[in-house]
Amino acid sequence: MPVEIDVDHVARLARLALSDEERERFAQQLVQILEHAERVREVAAEDVPPTSQPVPLRNVLRDDSPRPSLTQDEALAGAPEVEEGRFKVPRIIEGE
Amino acid sequence: MPEPCDLTAHELGDELRAGQASALEATDSCLRRIEAVDERVRAFLAPTADLAREQARAVDGRLAAKDDLAPVAGIPLALKDVLCTRGVTTTCGSRILHNYVPPYDCTPWARLSAAGSVLIGKTNCDEFAMGSSTENSGFFPTHNPWDLDRVPGGSSGGSAAAVAAGEAVWALGTDTGGSVRQPAALCGVVGMKPTYGLVSRYGLIAFASSLDTVGTFTRDVRDCALLLSAIGGHDEMDSTSIPEPPKDYTSMLEEGVAGLRVGVLRDWLGQVPEEGIRARVEEAVIRLEKLGAEIGEASIPHADYALSAYYLIAPAECSSNLARYDGVRYGHRADAVRDVVELNMRTRGEGFGEEVKRRIMIGTYALSAGYYDAYYGQAQKVRTLVVRDFAREFERYDVLLSPTSPTTAFRLGEKTQDPLAMYLNDVFTIPANLAGNPAISIPCGLDERGLPVGLQLMGNHLDEATVLRAAHAFEQDLAQTFRPPLLNSLAG
Repeated sequence: MPVEIDVDHVARLARLALSDEERERFAQQLVQILEHAERVREVAAEDVPPTSQPVPLRNVLRDDSPRPSLTQDEALAGAPEVEEGRFKVPRIIEGE
Repeated sequence: MPEPCDLTAHELGDELRAGQASALEATDSCLRRIEAVDERVRAFLAPTADLAREQARAVDGRLAAKDDLAPVAGIPLALKDVLCTRGVTTTCGSRILHNYVPPYDCTPWARLSAAGSVLIGKTNCDEFAMGSSTENSGFFPTHNPWDLDRVPGGSSGGSAAAVAAGEAVWALGTDTGGSVRQPAALCGVVGMKPTYGLVSRYGLIAFASSLDTVGTFTRDVRDCALLLSAIGGHDEMDSTSIPEPPKDYTSMLEEGVAGLRVGVLRDWLGQVPEEGIRARVEEAVIRLEKLGAEIGEASIPHADYALSAYYLIAPAECSSNLARYDGVRYGHRADAVRDVVELNMRTRGEGFGEEVKRRIMIGTYALSAGYYDAYYGQAQKVRTLVVRDFAREFERYDVLLSPTSPTTAFRLGEKTQDPLAMYLNDVFTIPANLAGNPAISIPCGLDERGLPVGLQLMGNHLDEATVLRAAHAFEQDLAQTFRPPLLNSLAG
């Protein structure tokens, strides 16, 4: 099956601003890589179950009890912009 | 008299306990070596000299007080810069995290630090551990101490080069598709990827969560066992951590290989393009047979498909894990944006390098509506087939043997224009990641150009002890010292 990729659509989904040069290069390389990767379909039969973790563990739970964690200042220390103890971002909703 | 920085950790530990050397002398010895060679090798993103000296002095105080110290105490360690260190910048080799200072320690370093380990610095790597040459670092490439025109391998190339060049006595790296074993092979040191889940990943910045493991770089197999013993065992902070207590992996090292069943992956050996690698690995098989191992032929029939499956699974998981770098909570943020979507897109476009973007694109496509079953779902089925291949071979063999890498160290720039050629470096290491098995790379000789060749030994789940025992027996009988020629030219 020939692979067709809408690079702009995928870049939008991935929230990646690409340069024209990157867009062009990726369009070509992604097709190459995915055509190589497609070989998985040759052997992945109906009756083969998927493996998501090589050493499966089930229902790893711990008590839901409060414990010390980062302070607000520590949690905000790496943020590019902070206001009143919160992460600050540009506007999300148009208008006003 | 060798410099302390050129000793193994167990030799240095003996000297520390016998009062023949101090932890501060050992640290200063590494720092002098960094001063002498790192302008050329570029293994470190940031040495932590002041912190290291402070930690070394504390160990010396405890030595003077005759405290009972752990084997890792006072030994200079380097950490790949994907492992979080509280208060010490941790970049993942990426511009997007150039200023990230973690507020907590990863569990492996927390355990080592509590036991008196000395952090000599954070090492360079391919950005977010994606690559096989360390050329994808967002800052600069690392050079192989054996030949400065060649790559150290990757993605943990800085850690491998630092240990090979005596800039650290040992180091931690991470192995998602071969990122500890392949650079260990190319730099002539011992590199071990443990069973998936044996070493906690709390505080390891995630790349591909179903594959990521923390591994070790050391100068010999005994050191590998010591370091693994110090970092392994259950951690409740990592829900994928196997509920097993820490173990002492040194206890079975001397038991030899008499009667050990070794399966040679003949078809992998046949694919190796370099005669030097084939010859050294064949010699290793003969050596193990001479030592009493029972040699047979093994095969992983779905190995050919493993690489394809890996290059769907790893990008898919990376596209999800790296979604968190959005310019809001930490790291780089783009300037002068109109809204949040533009903030996210420009921050990521500016902050990520080419290989990371390529993999995010592959992964996003492979997980997008209508394609999930065709790509990620099928790749996970192939994974099951690889797991079954390994399980079947471990019914008749204790250890599987192969080359670690299809080539020795290649030239800087040689493969950067061809992503598929670069991905092929991992063809022999990826299967053990997909199946979760422990695997070690140990130096087994040099090729005709004088470059190190790595021998890979793989074991059954949680059977690190057998892998280490076989590797130790081989190493002791080979009795070859692997020292980059660069070090012979140093004064003093």
